[in-house]
Amino acid sequence: MSTALVTDLTIFILALLVGFEVIGKVPATLHTPLMSATNSIHGIVLAGALLIGVTAHTVVGYILAFIAAVFASANVVGGYVVTERMLKMFRRKAQPQVPAQPQPELDGRPRS
Amino acid sequence: MSGFTGGIQLVYVLAAACFVIGLHLMNSPATARRGNQVSMAGMVIAGVATLILMIHYGTVTATGWIVLISGVLIGSAIGLYTARTVQMTAMPQLVSAFNAVGGGAAALIAIYEYIEAEANAGGVLGTTTVFTLLDVIIGAVTFSGSIIAAGKLQGIIGGQPITFKGGQLLNVALAVVAIGAAAFMLTTASLPALLVVVLASLAFGVMMVLPIGGADMPVVISLLNAFTGTAVAMAGFVIANWALIVAGALVGASGSILTKLMADAMNRSLANIIVGGFGTGDSAVAAAVAADAQVRSIAADDAAIQMAYASKVIIVPGYGLAAAQAQHGVAELAKTLEERGIEVSYAIHPVAGRMPGHMNVLLAEANVPYPQLMEMDEINPEFGRADVALVIGANDVTNPAARRPGNDISGMPILDVDQAKSIIVVKRSMGTGYAGMENELYFDPKTSMYFADAKKAMAELTAAVKTLVG
Repeated sequence: MSTALVTDLTIFILALLVGFEVIGKVPATLHTPLMSATNSIHGIVLAGALLIGVTAHTVVGYILAFIAAVFASANVVGGYVVTERMLKMFRRKAQPQVPAQPQPELDGRPRS
Repeated sequence: MSGFTGGIQLVYVLAAACFVIGLHLMNSPATARRGNQVSMAGMVIAGVATLILMIHYGTVTATGWIVLISGVLIGSAIGLYTARTVQMTAMPQLVSAFNAVGGGAAALIAIYEYIEAEANAGGVLGTTTVFTLLDVIIGAVTFSGSIIAAGKLQGIIGGQPITFKGGQLLNVALAVVAIGAAAFMLTTASLPALLVVVLASLAFGVMMVLPIGGADMPVVISLLNAFTGTAVAMAGFVIANWALIVAGALVGASGSILTKLMADAMNRSLANIIVGGFGTGDSAVAAAVAADAQVRSIAADDAAIQMAYASKVIIVPGYGLAAAQAQHGVAELAKTLEERGIEVSYAIHPVAGRMPGHMNVLLAEANVPYPQLMEMDEINPEFGRADVALVIGANDVTNPAARRPGNDISGMPILDVDQAKSIIVVKRSMGTGYAGMENELYFDPKTSMYFADAKKAMAELTAAVKTLVG
């Protein structure tokens, strides 16, 4: 077993433990945004997809690089954008409703 | 490792640190958004480092740049468009789709590296090959499995468990073929064997998810999420990239935790869910419901009186609420009650929805403030103080039969709805839930049934309360 592999394995195991520790503290309320956030984090696979380009000089190599780049960038961009969109919805207090649809018939009588 | 590439690895470690801090900040809704931004910053750092590395190597051909840049632009456009337009009810499908492409990309990296090594050196044997093959197998299973899961959630493929005779045997056979071919490749470099591994893994992914029913989707999505993370970490081993290893490990840990939480919330083992076929009605139902038990139905006015003169109302939403698109309706009803000074909170069971935490997002979208969204353990002691529990589209998770041994849902953690002073259940018909058994709660003398579609019911109840107190 090479030193590099031992280093890689060490990093992997420590990261797993950190992951268990950190994720265990996320409240159930945020589990969907959490999953979406981890989705965007595995979008780091884009780095790997791009690095295919360093050695790709054949048609097969280009095709694989292209598909991997499409997949990975859809993953990373979509993941962050949708997580942000979701987290924006979590508010401590209800927002005053945007006056998109006034409710005339219900306000016929004065409120007590 | 030269000084330069070592420096780049350190930048990757910095990016990975951003991911960890970002996830840490998700421990509260107040800081979660900042967490996502920190994580995003980490991703930008990793992206820039990768570009610098590519330029440093100087071996990317002009065609290579064109291929990669066009790929990134097309992928980003697709990702941006779907992320902006997706309905919150469709989040599980989207997460599944991202799992599919993430796992797919990880598998493609390994496939490329293998082909490249085979062409240059007649095959790489040794430890790297183990990770390459693991990456191909896990990535391909995730890819096809997530596509099937997304198809089921989107309704393209039937949500019912699809099982057939010999299905289990076929799964085992596919696994044996994939692992056998991979084992062969450890000693002999072979492209045909790689193809066999890819195809068998893809088929296995399809066969793994097909027999799993719609309501088990929270578990499946979490599991596939963990798979994606693992595949990405394996890709990190293949190309010796620390950012991929750390990010993949974090996602693997997160997916595993969520898988366990979801399986526990349904009181079922992972193996039991994967084998599938739950709720197909072949098990004896042992609910203690007398044959002549009567349910009591209630009119909108009476339900409105109960709620309008309550001091504490707990709303129990289930997937039926989301399916009927009634989340805005229920938020409107809750707002009307709150304006009367009534304390309103929501009791969210961990498996309410089609993915972990799904119901919270749907209610947040309907402008429900997050302090009102209560987890099961927080809210259960509160039911005793509640004047009214309003159950909408939730069934099995409220069934007191779960507290007794000897039936399909025994031991499943439930919401203690039956402790409330009175219970109103909004339901379309007396149909049984996912577990296919009668809900004893409906026959409780304190319970009254409001038979209507959830969306219509919310509008009627809100109007009735407003008329009453207007």
